[in-house]
Amino acid sequence: MENYLLILIATVFVNNIVMSKILGLCPFLGVSRKLETAIGMGAATTFVLTLGSGASSLIDTYLLGQDLAYLRTLSFIVVIAGIVGFTEMFIKKTSPVLFRVLGIYLPLITTNCAVLGIPLLNVQEQHNFVESLFYGLGGSLGFTLVLVLFAAMRERLEAADVPKPFKGISIAMVTAGLMSLAFMGFAGLIK
Amino acid sequence: MLSAILVMAGIGLVLGGVLGWAAIKYRVADDPLVEKIDAILPQTQCGQCGFPGCKPYAEAIAKGDADINLCPPGGEEGAKRLAELLGVEAKPLGEGLEPKPKSVAVIDDQTCIGCTLCIQACPVDAIVGAAKQLHVIVASQCTGCELCLPPCPVDCIRMEVVKEDLASWKWRYPIHAMRRVA
Repeated sequence: MENYLLILIATVFVNNIVMSKILGLCPFLGVSRKLETAIGMGAATTFVLTLGSGASSLIDTYLLGQDLAYLRTLSFIVVIAGIVGFTEMFIKKTSPVLFRVLGIYLPLITTNCAVLGIPLLNVQEQHNFVESLFYGLGGSLGFTLVLVLFAAMRERLEAADVPKPFKGISIAMVTAGLMSLAFMGFAGLIK
Repeated sequence: MLSAILVMAGIGLVLGGVLGWAAIKYRVADDPLVEKIDAILPQTQCGQCGFPGCKPYAEAIAKGDADINLCPPGGEEGAKRLAELLGVEAKPLGEGLEPKPKSVAVIDDQTCIGCTLCIQACPVDAIVGAAKQLHVIVASQCTGCELCLPPCPVDCIRMEVVKEDLASWKWRYPIHAMRRVA
């Protein structure tokens, strides 16, 4: 149990997928304009990533093994795309508002490199199925946390008196850099 | 080699099955006709057709609850295009819905008491003001829908016809595209 808790804390804070592994930057900058979209995107990514991480781990252990290791990237992408397709249909049915808010970013979860990155990291770190689930959950929670924090800051930046050359995406980039620096402060918390 | 093909085919089969099942289970009754009708309507959201906006009017047309000739901003041309799309006879605009020259609302600043009633009525947020402050209409945003006229308790809003010059001249249809603000 302690092991799983450590994985969670490590992936959310110390090895944050966005801030220290620099994965998933497209939605990080793309969907962080508004807080609600960020929360919705975070929730959708959490769902996809946790499921995808577990499914990929199962496939890697039971279907691929060492002989077919070269099929990893290929099969992981197929599985993730399938899960995203399922999520898309599910959200469209259950919450049309969220579906409209997420828009193009929902299918784009497929190409979110964090979603492929975490299953591959799982293999690299030789996690078993449950560990993979927690790693995926932690990674996506970390992604959601950073996304929501960043969106909240960007909402305030909209109203702030930013010098003209820095307006828009440039100040967002500067903020992202400072945030990444701040997350470096967690280094050494675990391991 | 064979096992690789089998594994990928198996994954594909399972996923295809799951997605196919989900497509049936989570099917959303989407009417593509509504989107097409909505695309023809001028998106002024003025409510002169008796519906709270262009989309509800489009839905009503698609369902057969509303006639196609209720949209003054769309004019004869719009009704004609709707008739073409739906395969029915084109007809002139309905009673009291004749197209008027493009005009904008103007608030008389001597009479305005700052009651904010017109602000609440404006479908395009073209009226700026606060309680007990003089209200002003943003002419570039005003669609001339006249929805602000009835709620005004002191009748200080009047419609002014926009004179046509090089700056304000537009193609006849669509009247003017709504700008996405948010």
